[in-house]
Amino acid sequence: MGNHISLLLVIVPLIAAPLVAVLPRGRLPWAASFFVSVVCAVFAGIQLWSVLQGGVISYELGGWAPPWGIEYRIDAVNAFVALIVAVIAALTLPYALHSVEREIPEEKIPTFYSALLLCLTGLLGITQTGDIFNVFVFLEISSLSSYALISLGKSRQAFTSSYQYLIMGTIGATFYLIGVGLLYSQTGTLNMQDMANILPSVLHLNTVETGFTFIMVGIALKLALFPLHLWLPNAYTYAPSVVTVFLAATATKVAVYVMLRILFTVFPQTFTIATPADELFIVAGMAGVIIASVYAIYQKNIKRLLAYSSVAQIGYMVLGIGFATATGLMATLIHLFNHALMKGALFMAIGAIIYRIDSCRLDQIHGLGRAMPWTFGAIVLGGLSLIGVPGTAGFISKWYLVTAALEQSAWLPVAVILIGSLLAVVYMGKLIEALYFKPVTDNRKVVTEAPLMLLMPTWCLVLANIYFGLDTDLTVGVAEQAAAILGGMKP
Amino acid sequence: MSELPPFLLFFAAALLAAFTRGLPRQLILLATPVVTGLYLWQGINPGTDVAYSVMGYELSILRADKLSLLFGYLFCIASFFGAIYALHVEDTKQHIAGMTYAGSALGAVFSGDLITLFIFWELLAISSVFLIWARGTERALKAGMRYLVYQVLSGVLLLAGALVYYHQTGTLEFNHIGLDVGVAGWLIFIAFGIKCAFPFLHTWLTDGYPEATVTGTVFLSAFTTKVAVYSLARGFAGEEILVYIGVTMACFPIFYAVIENDLRRVLAYSLINQVGFMVTGIGIGTALALNGAVAHAFSDVIFKGLLFMSMGAVLYRVGNINGSDLGGLYKSMPKTTALCVIGALSISAFPLFSGFVSKSMVMTALMQENHGYFWLLMLFASAGVFHHAGIKIPYFAFFHHDSGIRTQEAPTNMLVAMSVAAFLCLFIGMQPQYLYALLPWEVDYWPYDLTHVLAQTQLLFFSALAFVWLNKQGLYPPELHSVNLDAEWFYRRLIPAGTHRTVNFLQRAKASMVTTVTNQIQGMQEQFGKSPLAKYHLSESWPTGSMVFWISIILAFLLLDIFSLGPLA
Repeated sequence: MGNHISLLLVIVPLIAAPLVAVLPRGRLPWAASFFVSVVCAVFAGIQLWSVLQGGVISYELGGWAPPWGIEYRIDAVNAFVALIVAVIAALTLPYALHSVEREIPEEKIPTFYSALLLCLTGLLGITQTGDIFNVFVFLEISSLSSYALISLGKSRQAFTSSYQYLIMGTIGATFYLIGVGLLYSQTGTLNMQDMANILPSVLHLNTVETGFTFIMVGIALKLALFPLHLWLPNAYTYAPSVVTVFLAATATKVAVYVMLRILFTVFPQTFTIATPADELFIVAGMAGVIIASVYAIYQKNIKRLLAYSSVAQIGYMVLGIGFATATGLMATLIHLFNHALMKGALFMAIGAIIYRIDSCRLDQIHGLGRAMPWTFGAIVLGGLSLIGVPGTAGFISKWYLVTAALEQSAWLPVAVILIGSLLAVVYMGKLIEALYFKPVTDNRKVVTEAPLMLLMPTWCLVLANIYFGLDTDLTVGVAEQAAAILGGMKP
Repeated sequence: MSELPPFLLFFAAALLAAFTRGLPRQLILLATPVVTGLYLWQGINPGTDVAYSVMGYELSILRADKLSLLFGYLFCIASFFGAIYALHVEDTKQHIAGMTYAGSALGAVFSGDLITLFIFWELLAISSVFLIWARGTERALKAGMRYLVYQVLSGVLLLAGALVYYHQTGTLEFNHIGLDVGVAGWLIFIAFGIKCAFPFLHTWLTDGYPEATVTGTVFLSAFTTKVAVYSLARGFAGEEILVYIGVTMACFPIFYAVIENDLRRVLAYSLINQVGFMVTGIGIGTALALNGAVAHAFSDVIFKGLLFMSMGAVLYRVGNINGSDLGGLYKSMPKTTALCVIGALSISAFPLFSGFVSKSMVMTALMQENHGYFWLLMLFASAGVFHHAGIKIPYFAFFHHDSGIRTQEAPTNMLVAMSVAAFLCLFIGMQPQYLYALLPWEVDYWPYDLTHVLAQTQLLFFSALAFVWLNKQGLYPPELHSVNLDAEWFYRRLIPAGTHRTVNFLQRAKASMVTTVTNQIQGMQEQFGKSPLAKYHLSESWPTGSMVFWISIILAFLLLDIFSLGPLA
């Protein structure tokens, strides 16, 4: 197979999606999707391994040589992100079996899995492609399927929040497309590598600068940069549990990746630093960390609480981009990975609670921790990682982020990062207090521990949080290479 | 053999305590401190340094010298009598928390670099809060939360300080730091200060400790502040400012302790007062003063533990620890009374009791360094200690007017634990040469000379006289059910109330602005409704509108800024 792996990673779920939709009801659609996700995870693993061994993979679609044909160009950066997406998908699907049967009407289950696979296709496609217009195409595939997925949520608000997300997401995608169009008009190419070679000669043109701005704002919306995060809390809260897990752990991460590509590969780094973009990222990142964390503290719905915490965590990633140094980019990439682990684990645990009591209101979960010790343990450990306690993955991210800030003698961001951790203690403390220390509400039926199929993937992620907090060879090693590729320098 | 960090055994015990019950668990809990203590005594030589490497930083997980070993022995002793005292407790999480907490304290005093110290610093915070939460009351939950916020804040400051320190000096080793290194020094100093209960940073202690469980408080009183004292002694010995801080700490809690009703809170204030003596000693910075500080830490853990245990026994039997409701308990609990009196005499520094031999070192050092006024203030503080801890505690609990409460003697395991502590108080007081031999700095000192003994005895008797006279005249502050305002008022009342008002004001301002704007918009909408465009008008109650608003703001900002910069490349 060799280099075809890079293509197969996108083609396999794409072809599987319509097939799954026509499979008979029952567990067959699930089994097929699970199989596909595992295949993708294996491919993504092989791909990352061969990139780390042999450098950049360049795959020409249909044998058309770039810059005319579409090129899939894989280096350590996107191989890393693709692995995150594929592995999270492979862990989400075993979790999905029971959770989906509980939350989705039976006749819609095949379409649900079909949409999930399309979403996976889109996200993997964005990471694989080296063509700036192709990114837009995959962005739309993943977005449209995620609108459909969110609208399948149980409550009526799922429709409106999906519809809002559709409007806002489309604005973002349109902005991106406008930007791409403007760049195309001046460079005549859509291949990222080719564009990077041509751009330096036309950077002085207002058209190019405008294109840059439009792309940036469009992607900033997709990655939920504060204050463009308004679509996120509703979408995460009302989506089915499985969708929340999958989107929270992958969708915004992929958007962060696109942002990194545009800012550091397509445009020369000197240009990015000369624009106010990096300052904007630092300001928006700091505001996001503080304000979204404070919002999180006051939420009455546990999914919404974690959704706001996600906005705050994106603030950390964006801070790393804003520093625009090798260490800063490393911090962003490490946190990208670690945040997928911790939010994945936390949303899975919350999904297990919803599976049992069919509610995610803070006042409904009193005392549940004692009835569901394993779920509760996952929330506690995931929460510690979110706070950044040493020995967890979260600590590694914060450590590199603080180091990056100190390198620049940026004291305010350091303070903000540390205050953000304190606020995380407060909102996770609220959750844990409600789960364990509040007395059980009287009129509740007896609750037992969540089924094993929900617990196993959750604990896989929880243990990964601990593992990657102790052994940082994979994360830091890959992030170091990736940051070197992006920044064009050794950290 | 001496490669093994001593905290491992405690962590293993914490793990085992989760899976065992009954006798095996009791044996594990008792054996752990004893085995660790023997290991420290025989297995580790001063000068051991075990390094490991993480993420390219050289860290040291076991750095032993006489200073850290002294605290190591102390923590083993404290967790030993703490474990005996808690032997009857069935609650698994308290045992796990207690063992982890003691282990973290050991880990902290043996860590040779700031990062390892930080890790144990945070572990101390997280494990100890469960001893407060285990009480299970609403008050304990809230007090625990406040306690945790303070402790984590201290950890965050320490980490920030460590990073800046590394940035400036290129080393993470934990040796003398001093305040001269600038921001780094101050950050670490304040981090230590929070755990050490510096004035205005002390409220977590008086807030949290009295809310903990009966057995939890005994553990709490032994470790957190003493780890901080150790850290200050290593990092900031001889910083002049510590003398001022220490004297303040020794003096101000006395007033609170005298009027406080909850007898365990009285002890919490007196804990701050005793730590004040240690901080002063560290601030003076001479060999004698530093020895005095650590020796006092040693004896304080034992006699303060004894006092907390006796008050805990009362709470355990009576279910109440308010001075106003107790009294006459010596009839039902004679043994507890006797042991409590030994603790009270020790903390008041009666000759032949442990407080005397350690506190007098600090006092002598003050005189030697010509801090005359401070010496007088400390004399006042000593008198105050006798007042609130030496007389008030046993008097209101066991004597005073008979409250009519009849109860049983404390359980055997509690009596044994208290006896161990009481024996140590007397032993140190009468045979101080053994404690002195352990002290880290070479010094030639003997507390029992004529002036010393006389001065201290006079002080104590006049202080007792004052108590009796004030009580007879009815001038002594009566024991009342009341809330005494402390520095915590700032964050428990002023800030919430202030925030409340500000938020209210802002909300009103927002409301009136919104009404004005809505009226305007409604006017416009009515106009708009008549126009043919109206059918394209979409509902605006969704966030989409404000999202678009922000998009346009950011786009406009970026474009304007980029264009105003001129050609960029």
